[in-house]
Amino acid sequence: MTHRSHPSEQLAHHVDKDAFVRALRRKLGPEAVLADPEDLRPYECDALSAYRTLPWIVVLPQSTAEVQAVMQLCHAAGVPVVARGAGTGLSGGALPVENGVLLSLTRLNRILAIDAPNRLARVQPGVRNAAVTEAVAPLGLLYAPDPSSQIACTIGGNVAENSGGVHCLKYGLTVHNLTEIKLVTVEGELLTVGGMSLDAPGYDLLALLTGSEGLLGIIVEVVVKLILRPASARALLAAFDDIGAAGAAVANIIGAGLLPAGLEFMDAVTIRATEAFVHAGYPVGAAAILLCEFDGLPEQVDADVAAAEAILVAARATEVRRAADDAERLRFWMGRKAAFPAVGRIAADYYCMDGTIPRRCLADVLRGISTLAEEFGLGVANVFHAGDGNLHPLILYDANRPGELEQAERLGARILQLCLDVGGTVTGEHGVGVEKIDLLCRQFPAAELAQFHAVKRAFDPHGLLNPGKAVPSLRRCAELGAMHVHGGQLPFPELERF
Amino acid sequence: MNGTAGGIGALPDADCESALQDDVRDALARRQPLRIVGGGSKGFLARSAEGEALGVADHRGILAYEPTELVVTARGGTPLAELEEVLAEGGQMLAFEPPHFGASATIGGAIACGLSGPRRPFAGSARDFVLGVKLLNGRAETLRFGGTVMKNVAGFDVSRLMAGACGTLGVLLEVSLKVLPRPRCELSLSFEMNPLSALQAMQDWASGSWPLSGLAYDDRLRVRLSGNESAVQAARRRLGGEPAECGADYWRALREQDLPFFAGAADLWRLSVPPAVRLAPLPGEWLYDWGGAQRWLRTSAPAAEVFAAAASCGGHAMLFRTPMASAARFQPLEPRLMGLHRSLKAAFDPDGLFNPGRMYEGL
Ligand SMILES: Cc1cc2nc3c(=O)[nH]c(=O)nc-3n(C[C@H](O)[C@H](O)[C@H](O)COP(=O)(O)OP(=O)(O)OC[C@H]3O[C@@H](n4cnc5c(N)ncnc54)[C@H](O)[C@@H]3O)c2cc1C
Repeated sequence: MTHRSHPSEQLAHHVDKDAFVRALRRKLGPEAVLADPEDLRPYECDALSAYRTLPWIVVLPQSTAEVQAVMQLCHAAGVPVVARGAGTGLSGGALPVENGVLLSLTRLNRILAIDAPNRLARVQPGVRNAAVTEAVAPLGLLYAPDPSSQIACTIGGNVAENSGGVHCLKYGLTVHNLTEIKLVTVEGELLTVGGMSLDAPGYDLLALLTGSEGLLGIIVEVVVKLILRPASARALLAAFDDIGAAGAAVANIIGAGLLPAGLEFMDAVTIRATEAFVHAGYPVGAAAILLCEFDGLPEQVDADVAAAEAILVAARATEVRRAADDAERLRFWMGRKAAFPAVGRIAADYYCMDGTIPRRCLADVLRGISTLAEEFGLGVANVFHAGDGNLHPLILYDANRPGELEQAERLGARILQLCLDVGGTVTGEHGVGVEKIDLLCRQFPAAELAQFHAVKRAFDPHGLLNPGKAVPSLRRCAELGAMHVHGGQLPFPELERF
Repeated sequence: MNGTAGGIGALPDADCESALQDDVRDALARRQPLRIVGGGSKGFLARSAEGEALGVADHRGILAYEPTELVVTARGGTPLAELEEVLAEGGQMLAFEPPHFGASATIGGAIACGLSGPRRPFAGSARDFVLGVKLLNGRAETLRFGGTVMKNVAGFDVSRLMAGACGTLGVLLEVSLKVLPRPRCELSLSFEMNPLSALQAMQDWASGSWPLSGLAYDDRLRVRLSGNESAVQAARRRLGGEPAECGADYWRALREQDLPFFAGAADLWRLSVPPAVRLAPLPGEWLYDWGGAQRWLRTSAPAAEVFAAAASCGGHAMLFRTPMASAARFQPLEPRLMGLHRSLKAAFDPDGLFNPGRMYEGL
């Protein structure tokens, strides 16, 4: 499927490609600029591979100065630029534009400094998330945000998406774990935002840039906070014969004032798929399991585990297991960490959704999802960050069956509408990208969208950075609105998704 | 949850949104700058803004509070004390422990100033707990950003951008904040120590698994432990030190700047720095909070010197209290960064209505 952006989000230019490639090569050297279709192919999509566009040119700068040079050339010529980290994004944020430069940051992959006394690390954007923790582990430190994609995804991508992970319930999202960003602006200038202290003078640009999906500038350096590896960690695994009971247990644990380091949910489909894949010893007959971990001082952890166990039992868990030792605890998590690939083995394709809802609505929304799944005749596996109310329904489909991808997308849009209906959001951590751009017309009225565009213009007056992503044009929304058919239904299920 | 019997202010909840919107619309028509005034408790913090007063304290009331969701939504003029009382009844708190600086403090003002108390390095800052806002921008439009869920990356994070913007980007009509359970048990310890050993001890303890919620140094090293009884007692046994009498009062007094250190007329500076740094020597008296990451300085040193000392270690300084009304208060921004601030200001408030000059000249 080829992605076509909305005409109002396209940027025309008449730059001669060969001349532009030569100009880029003069700055970056010949092998850092790719222009042949076969070299461009690996960059045509991110992890939302249903959308593909061959980029015009790919550049692989090795330094901040080279990123600046690329931006200066593109800015002068009016050429759009799409930043790309590891390309593990799930919303098409790094999807190229056909007349634009795809700017890969993977060669900026050095850890520049580790400051143990202040518990900070200065890293380039192409450093993999897990590489940070690997580098600081000998010091007894770690970088807390741990997306499931952490062995592959980059810190730059994490910042651009404000990524979360299992441990964000206690330790916060990416935005809570940064102190500084160096940004190359659309004009190619270098700005430092934030610093090595806990806060910074002026506006909180660090917060604004985090999650900005490459629309406001190119992140070329990041200072991340490190935390101490907890003195102890203990995990519980609770099985339920009813997803509603499991959902209620989540709300009760949080409501009781406990703060787990992680609180994850897996439904029957996911349990069976993971068990078949990694043999973590999960109860395959259960309708749902919860994994609940506490960390910190052993005395605190013991008391919290006991309190959580009592809540789980009271919430009608059919079985509650305490990991006897660290090996068993890691086995509990092994299944969770392998859940996505495990689901990948039971379906030809899956489509990962990412809504967040109030926790009290978990049970209702999960039931709503299974009703919708039946209606659409597709399977859905649920594995998600329950403690944060962040759902990840995985819609199972087969792209080779005509119409099934479209059917999956329609089901996905209905599920996200369900999240909006209960006061939630269409994306908790995977970003809007191209995937949810139409849904933003639903989540935000025109005045809010206009304010987003004003913010965008403050950084990027001509809209060269990642056009057609994250914030829909008002024209796009107006057209969708005009096509509105009947209440409660998304206005575009009948339409081909652009 | 309307009509909360807050007990502190006798004023009833009231929705003044449309009146405020009319005021801004009117000011816009007249190109009349506005000085946003909540409880007036933090007026001393920054330079005084020019313009007609726009009072927001009457727009008050808690709109929603769901203890199990860990979220509260309140109108900007809601008294901070009232909000905290309601949360305490639910066994919860604003974990960033905002300073009040007076009984009239409002939640809108607390977020606009973006200040956090002693718990900040362990729990997070004011901006960290912002989940959503409703604001009036400089075009007199009412806009909502963020929401009440824990994770939300739909659209730019305008909500957190409002924290610490000193009202220069818009009028905060409502804020939704994440709240946290109050610790079951809290205990304060104090230790006899010289400043250098104290900095080292703070660094060692902050990088341990201790259930810390406060780490400060005046003439003694002060430690606050929070958690369940057994964890707090275990930490106490292992850390040693003496239980401080009036422990809770100390942290309140530190937060509210009621300690003797804060009395007097000398300039009070706030230096926000990496916690372990040794700063270039500056004349005057010091008090460390946030495990060394926030340092208070009473000094007569010239502003340029203090700004330079803070910047040289990757931090920044703010002239927090001064008798000189016109003094620059915040660390100067590098020109390109200042340019971006101006563009952003124009994006929210193109006619420069809100609190002109309060943060920086020309902003
Ligand atoms: C199996 C799997 C599991 C996942 N699990 C999680 C999870 O648990 N939690 C979670 O939050 N996400 C998860 N993700 C999504 C994804 O991994 C994250 O969004 C990740 O942060 C993307 O990083 P990346 O380096 O791959 O960025 P990319 O996909 O390359 O880019 C993502 C976005 O960031 C922009 N960008 C990248 N680098 C820069 C830069 N230096 N400057 C400016 N903009 C930039 C791009 O333009 C794009 O908009 C998962 C993905 C997969 C495939």
